[in-house]
Amino acid sequence: MAYDPNNPMADRITDIGPPHYEQMFPPVIKNNYGKWLYHEILQPGVLVHVSETGDECYTVRVGSARLISIEHVRELCDIADKHCGGYLRFTTRNNVEFMVDSKAKVKPLLDDLASRGNKFPVGGTGAGVTNIVHTQGWVHCHTPATDASGVVKAVMDELFEYFTSMSLPAQVRIALACCLNMCGAVHASDIAILGIHRKPPMIDHDTITGVCELPLAIAACPLGAIKPAKATLANGDEIKTVSVNAERCMFCGNCYTMCPSMPLADPEGDGIAILVGGKVSNSKSAPKFSKLVIPYLPNHPPRWPEVVQSVKKILVAYAKNANKYERLGEWAERIGWEKFFEACDIPFTIKSIDDYRLAYNTWRTTTQFKFTSHVK
Amino acid sequence: MAKHATPLLDELEKGPWPSFVTDLKRQAEKSPQCWDILGQMELSYKDRITHWKHGGIVGVFGYGGGIVGRYSDSPDKFPGVAHFHTVRLNQPSSKFYRTDMLRKVCDIWEKRGSGMTNFHGSTGDLVLLGTTTDQLEPLFYQMTHELNWDLGGSGSNLRTPSCCLGKARCEYACYDTQAACYGLTMKYQDEIHRPAFPYKFKFKFSGCPNDCVASIARSDLSVIGTWRDDIRIDQAMVKKYMAGEIPAEGNAHGSRNWGKFDIQKEVINLCPTGCMSLDGGALKIDNANCTRCMHCINVMPRALRPGTDTGATILCGAKAPILEGAQFATMIIPFMKIDPENEFEELVELIEKIWDWWMEVGKNRERVGETMQRLGLPTFLEVMELDPLPQHVKEPRSNPYVFWKEEEVEGGWERNVKEFRKRHNM
Repeated sequence: MAYDPNNPMADRITDIGPPHYEQMFPPVIKNNYGKWLYHEILQPGVLVHVSETGDECYTVRVGSARLISIEHVRELCDIADKHCGGYLRFTTRNNVEFMVDSKAKVKPLLDDLASRGNKFPVGGTGAGVTNIVHTQGWVHCHTPATDASGVVKAVMDELFEYFTSMSLPAQVRIALACCLNMCGAVHASDIAILGIHRKPPMIDHDTITGVCELPLAIAACPLGAIKPAKATLANGDEIKTVSVNAERCMFCGNCYTMCPSMPLADPEGDGIAILVGGKVSNSKSAPKFSKLVIPYLPNHPPRWPEVVQSVKKILVAYAKNANKYERLGEWAERIGWEKFFEACDIPFTIKSIDDYRLAYNTWRTTTQFKFTSHVK
Repeated sequence: MAKHATPLLDELEKGPWPSFVTDLKRQAEKSPQCWDILGQMELSYKDRITHWKHGGIVGVFGYGGGIVGRYSDSPDKFPGVAHFHTVRLNQPSSKFYRTDMLRKVCDIWEKRGSGMTNFHGSTGDLVLLGTTTDQLEPLFYQMTHELNWDLGGSGSNLRTPSCCLGKARCEYACYDTQAACYGLTMKYQDEIHRPAFPYKFKFKFSGCPNDCVASIARSDLSVIGTWRDDIRIDQAMVKKYMAGEIPAEGNAHGSRNWGKFDIQKEVINLCPTGCMSLDGGALKIDNANCTRCMHCINVMPRALRPGTDTGATILCGAKAPILEGAQFATMIIPFMKIDPENEFEELVELIEKIWDWWMEVGKNRERVGETMQRLGLPTFLEVMELDPLPQHVKEPRSNPYVFWKEEEVEGGWERNVKEFRKRHNM
């Protein structure tokens, strides 16, 4: 029976969850579930996993824009049908993986991918830059301080050689979040590109009564900068509204999330901050947060040259100076953050000194430091 | 034929990385509303600001999550995106797909929406990007009836759980991440679809401490595979690594000449606890002092493997900075068996205890990690009925301000100040 608009609740199915994962497994995965012995990266973007049964699974990893059309998805399906028995998978970092069960099938797959223009770059493995996880930006979000897909495209164009090779000291995870809500969770990335606001919210008294629950807007501010207030509209009506103590505002945008009448996005105010040195893995050192090293770069669409060059500069300095296996944050901690700023040729500003919660934990409380060009 | 000129976006058709602009134009030939996506985005590139209105509550009957409402602030210019809601489909665990299923999703989405997607959203959902309110019910009907495929979560509910690829194609997986992710997703369909929490709550399942789904950074409940016996060593393979016959870290450094593999420098000296040594050419691991960081196993996967008494470490309370600052998840239970056979009984019991507490004491829009921070880890452990362990802290507290309870102190707190004064003049 088809959907009946006059009776939408008829024959309704709910709470059935996603399709079971097992029906999505190609035979080589299903047959060797839990039996894998080891893997090796044969060339950038091509992996082999070897099972205790003797089976081998060859994986070709390709980059993707994440924002993709169903025409693109259908092309992915065409490739998977032709080479992979009708199966494929996506990684947590928006790469696509095509899997085949013998080495002989790898080259025809690679040749096919290469014949389709720049749509399917092979890479993203090992000690390189893999795909940038990111958010929606101007294509779909109502709170962004920058775009997402465009910045990612510009940065990946510049870093393309690091996607298709494995020449860095360790893997470098880059992430972009287009505002401080961080849907992209960039707070533990080697290099984080973060959209920020720098102007406090405006208050639209004409609309606030209808769309905003004032106590929620007031409670939304972590710094108590929003207070109840009264305003007189042009028609003489006195309404209850809010006021903002701009000096206390740290531009998190949480008030706008709760109240549509407190917009803060602005072409001049908004831009991008760069944070570096985070990691998620527990390998060697504990997980680390990313640290703010460039407080603001302007939004210059369509290709954000300042952002692209800053990311490249940090990556090149890391590639040149870090030890094998050393993540970006581990390198910065080994040489000292004062040396990091010097090595990357990034000016140190007062904005990198924390004055929010738990700030004291990051202040230096020892006589041990390195003399750098910063100390006159 | 392009409906709007897009000179700024056209710049993003250049370069070696795949272009979403080229892709959007390709889709626009079949789905004309994509011209208006391009048009509105071009306007944002010109104005350097978003043109989407704030919020909008839409959904399917009976669900409070899974659909995110979105409206253009310039519907006259871009009628194709006047309503442009997002549909979150719950992805299959670890994102393997059969093409016939994907093609059906594409066919439904071609008819019911813009034809644009995200593979995948940050939390893991398969995101269908942009449709109108009147298409939501028919779309939901088709997904559930034709594909047996349900929506994911949004809002103050359990968000769509996600997991690493685990045992499907990884030799490090210490428990069945897919089974746990799917099992708990099915158990908690009500919590995913009907918001009843103070704020969002995320589960993420990683098979080993490399944590490929970033669960320690992003999930309110983080389940990370580990083991409690000895790392398995194949000494013959260790020798092959030392002789340079097998590339280190599965050839992850293959594009650069780092010189001959040096086990002392690259493995033993980088062990965070210094629990490894070479003894007459054999690799020795003092397992009692190993913290299972994975580095040695990552570098020599053919010689070293996790132990066989495997399970997971459970951590709680990670979140991005909004609002009180970023938090990693705090280690709560050092080791738990994750067993599909008993329907994850122990884990379920813990989850429901956490929810009961958080739903009672959590403030509106307070993540559980913030509640833990506000009320303290000792309180949390007491409510969870967990014994305090030295493993719960990096170091003991350095202040003496202990919240002693009356019953802990001999004689209680009731005292007579008059009796006190008889012995102690003012």
